[in-house]
Amino acid sequence: MANKQKKNPIVLFIHKTGSPEYFYKLSGRFLPWLIAITTILTAWGLYQALYVVPPDYQQSESYRILFIHVPSAWMSMFIYAAMAVMAFIALVWRIKVAEICAMASAPIGAAFTFITLCTGALWGKPMWGAYWVWDARMTSELVLLFIYLGIIALYRSIDDRRAAARVASIMALVGLVNLPIIHYSVEWWTTLHQGQTIRLTGPSSIDASMLPPLIIMAVATKTYFIAAMLANARNMLIEQDRNKSWVRRLIGDAP
Amino acid sequence: MTPTRRRRLLIVLSIIVGAGLATTLVVFALKENMLFFYRPAEVAQGLAPVDTAFRMGGMVVDGSVVRADDSLAVQFDLTDYQETITVQYEGILPDLFREGQGIIAQGKLSTQGVERPVFEASEVLAKHDETYMPPEVADALEQSKAARGETTP
Amino acid sequence: MSDFLAMGGYAFFVWTSYGIFLTTLVLGLVLPALRRRALIKELRQAYRRAEARRKPPRNQGAEQ
Repeated sequence: MANKQKKNPIVLFIHKTGSPEYFYKLSGRFLPWLIAITTILTAWGLYQALYVVPPDYQQSESYRILFIHVPSAWMSMFIYAAMAVMAFIALVWRIKVAEICAMASAPIGAAFTFITLCTGALWGKPMWGAYWVWDARMTSELVLLFIYLGIIALYRSIDDRRAAARVASIMALVGLVNLPIIHYSVEWWTTLHQGQTIRLTGPSSIDASMLPPLIIMAVATKTYFIAAMLANARNMLIEQDRNKSWVRRLIGDAP
Repeated sequence: MTPTRRRRLLIVLSIIVGAGLATTLVVFALKENMLFFYRPAEVAQGLAPVDTAFRMGGMVVDGSVVRADDSLAVQFDLTDYQETITVQYEGILPDLFREGQGIIAQGKLSTQGVERPVFEASEVLAKHDETYMPPEVADALEQSKAARGETTP
Repeated sequence: MSDFLAMGGYAFFVWTSYGIFLTTLVLGLVLPALRRRALIKELRQAYRRAEARRKPPRNQGAEQ
């Protein structure tokens, strides 16, 4: 597929961004902007979440945990899907930048999964009456954390960086089966965890006045993910390519 | 053992431990969720085990909550709109516990000295739905319902 | 203001949640930044050493 000499703009873009040097330079230009946007959005979103929106009719102020719990839970799954797509590209086309981006995503996904579990426990204690219940939704989310940690451990335990990325990528693809389990757990099993509040199709069961912080935080966590992933990937790239001329040129000569 | 081999061994071990752990957790969750969960109607029919702990889920019947004056003991009726089972519990109830609320109680069935079986709960968990709204909106909903002549459940 | 901090009696749960959220996310950006600093330092040293090995410098003392 690569030897077809078509000048498709998408293919061209992939090849260009696939070049470590181009990727490094381009991501370096975007990174400060991404961090700035993330900071502004997060500040705005948290202000709305903690101060502006009204309390809930049943859970009063405690439901404000929703505005970080739900976006984090979405991210824990979104990042996994993104990582699996990049792992797939890495396995099929052997693009080094894709490998590194996939592996750079794993710790961030693990961080969001950790936040989801912690905030869920802190929300569950006052409302449900327990920090933790072996409920299908919570257990599958905990399994997601273990899968992330497994991918990170596997990647670190192999010396050859390219081989390590390939093995960890395979594990990432295998772990994909957990995503539908997490999503549908509240429908397939009797869970203490409630069902979906926000639906892409059909009406959501949250009052419109409570929606803005949720949307802002959902966007903020996305830009955060791109920023943190690029920051990780840039480090991994120059470390892995330390003996390549482009790193020598960019790092060695700079004052 | 060479470093490479030790590393490989570590990899294999971590995969086995990870997969084992994941499976155990899933099995754990399924067991707790499916095998030991009963509705009041099933309990009334005698389908629930007598001396083993299980979970019972339902709605707290309006006006059935009786609290002791001198302790944390509380008694209430749990219903699935078919049958009603009385639950006794001593401890702190979750903040969402109220009449008409869906809850899950964990405990054992006691048949000693009473005609109807009483569920002795060791843990009471409140289940809430996925609806969030400000109190004023909830009030307005109630009022419009009342205006239409419906009673709140 | 104290009403805001009290969070209707749920202060511990709400503020701990937000604390964990912010701390974890800030660490996710600060750690790579620190790592980048250390890495650049390390790479430059390695390049200098390799350079020195390839052609022994005439003024080694001046270069510390």
